[in-house]
Amino acid sequence: MKTLEELKALREKSHKKMYMDGVTRGVRIQVGYGTCGIAAGATPVYETFVNEIKDLNLENVEIVKVGCMGECAFEPTVEIIESNGSKTIYCLVTDRIASEIVEEHIMKGHRIDKYLLSKIKR
Amino acid sequence: MLDRMHILICGGAECKQSNSVEIRDKFKSEIKRLNLGDDIQTALTGCFGLCALGPHVLIYPGETLYSGVKLEDVTEIVEQHVAKGKPVERLLFKGNFDRSKFRNRSELTFYAKQTRIVLRNCGVINPLDINEYIARHGYEGLGKVLTNMTPEETIDEMKKSGLRGRGGSGFPAGVKWEFTSKSVSDQKYVICNADEGDPGAFMDRAVLEGDPHSVLEAMAICGYAIGADTGYIYIRAEYPVAVERLGIAIKQAEGLGVLGKNLFNSGFNFKIELRLGAGAFVCGEETALIASIEGERGMPRNKPPFPAVKGLFGKPTNVNNVETFANVPVIFLKGADWFKSIGTEKSSGTKVFALGGKIANTGLLEVPMGTTLREVIYEIGGGIPNKRKFKAAQTGGPSGGCITAKSLDTPIDFDNLIALGSMMGSGGLIVLDEDNCMVDVARFYLEFTVEESCGKCTPCREGTKRMLDILNRICEGEGTMNDLDVLERLGKMIKDSSLCGLGQTAPNPVLSTLKHFRKEYEAHVIDKVCPAGVCPNLTNYVVLDNCIGCTKCARNCPVGAIEGKVKEKHFIDLDLCIRCGACKTACPVNAISTKPESWEEV
Repeated sequence: MKTLEELKALREKSHKKMYMDGVTRGVRIQVGYGTCGIAAGATPVYETFVNEIKDLNLENVEIVKVGCMGECAFEPTVEIIESNGSKTIYCLVTDRIASEIVEEHIMKGHRIDKYLLSKIKR
Repeated sequence: MLDRMHILICGGAECKQSNSVEIRDKFKSEIKRLNLGDDIQTALTGCFGLCALGPHVLIYPGETLYSGVKLEDVTEIVEQHVAKGKPVERLLFKGNFDRSKFRNRSELTFYAKQTRIVLRNCGVINPLDINEYIARHGYEGLGKVLTNMTPEETIDEMKKSGLRGRGGSGFPAGVKWEFTSKSVSDQKYVICNADEGDPGAFMDRAVLEGDPHSVLEAMAICGYAIGADTGYIYIRAEYPVAVERLGIAIKQAEGLGVLGKNLFNSGFNFKIELRLGAGAFVCGEETALIASIEGERGMPRNKPPFPAVKGLFGKPTNVNNVETFANVPVIFLKGADWFKSIGTEKSSGTKVFALGGKIANTGLLEVPMGTTLREVIYEIGGGIPNKRKFKAAQTGGPSGGCITAKSLDTPIDFDNLIALGSMMGSGGLIVLDEDNCMVDVARFYLEFTVEESCGKCTPCREGTKRMLDILNRICEGEGTMNDLDVLERLGKMIKDSSLCGLGQTAPNPVLSTLKHFRKEYEAHVIDKVCPAGVCPNLTNYVVLDNCIGCTKCARNCPVGAIEGKVKEKHFIDLDLCIRCGACKTACPVNAISTKPESWEEV
């Protein structure tokens, strides 16, 4: 890294990718993967997402392991960020709920209210 | 290794009568029969409080609650739920246990009241991908410093921000940097203290796991400011996830050239290495930490000379804590004035608290300095479960003290907490309710320091041990009033004469509980009663006048110590009573108490 401009160019590129700029319908699935999340069962949840997205051959879906969101008592938490800017946090997610999220939320676009931590927009 | 699944079977007295022990054994044998692996835990737990519908089985992950489980249902649960992940619908608990409303409410206040600077990227970026950190303006602070600022300007900016060390004592970080920069030497070092040892504190772990690059970037900025080209992160080996992610982060940063040689064409070189600690609490003290990195036994030494003059390998060294460093990149990105505008006049910025104990939302939160304890506990933390009364909040771990209900509205900052006889510490915040015995709490923390004392100086090694002996005596009912005076005298002596911060603060939990809850100590000593019902030798159960005579207590008492007619007040024969508490748990109207009649909470 030699100049600030070089860094800024990389920032813009990464920002576009992370926030799905120019993608018509993209989804970013964030699985809380701190020690608290792992202990509460984030591993099978993460694997379920990876497998289902692969099996269903869905495009523009990215699954990321992220750190602790702070709500340790409600882990595993999963945040679904869509290219239209909407954000949804699900809590106490299991592998079964993960499949349900893929089927209802990711494929059909229906939020599953009963698993919501809430609907806030940051 | 972490277990894949936990099956908790209610082991309360009522459920036990409905074969919960046999149910547990059947779970074990069925899991074995189907060969589902040995990473599934089964355990009998305390009463779930829904006795009428027992026995209950709670399965994690997912928090699936089954009620009215019979021995013959176990096979179905294991075959369907445990093996295939499909809950057995017909057995699911169908009572009034709807937590969805609760979740929404907690969610809104939980985040809305927070200001996230340190935790800005935690749970937002993928910690294993440096590009995501960069997408959120990562390494721009470093770039700005290296291309536009001199080391002196960097230190001035830090001083202007007013950032105080988040590891415990709250020393201004900019001043610390200045000391190290003024020491003349051919070699200097930066150390990140990630030896988070306070029981109940886990914010450093969360930062390192969720946002490792922010610490790396800050260390490089610090290295430039003080003239160091090497940094060490001293992290405990008990944090394997954080260690792994830091290692990957360092490699990625080197690969991209934001760590290494000639960064941003400025001629500045900086490298970072990890050093793993074995988890001794005393190694969080900076001179002991330095000794441990050098390969010596982790013991503190006298200060001065301070590490800023003579630190690692005898060279000037700047030591800061993880949370302190995590603030630094933002200060340089948004400016010291912006940072100074958050928090109070003398404590700028935010503080991360690890909320634990008797609180609804166990977890991590970050609030501006100056937020009151009431807001933290009742608004963000969701309050105390089971309608219990708040008794105290313990801050600062084994070095800190208690804050009582009286001080709930005091704005939290470094100076106010010290004025209250506690300290910020690293930010563990344990909430205690009326069922916690303060003598027992003090004893718990003292036990910890006795275990963790390195033994180098006598006041800490011998003094804390003697204090613990006295506390043990009080909890067993053999304390005298003289013991309380001795505790106070000894505590002050240890504070004044110990070598390092560990010893100087070790008596704090005892002194602070003695100050605020002396009545509770006196109840242990004079009345031989533990009002909270924690110390077994001093717990006396009594039936209060609001007894409705339902006979539940008598039926649950395993030794038949309770007598009484239906619809009449019952009595407990204290000679027969074994102090198991089954009656108190069983009573539907809270008519069984451990508190003496005249007892009033402080």
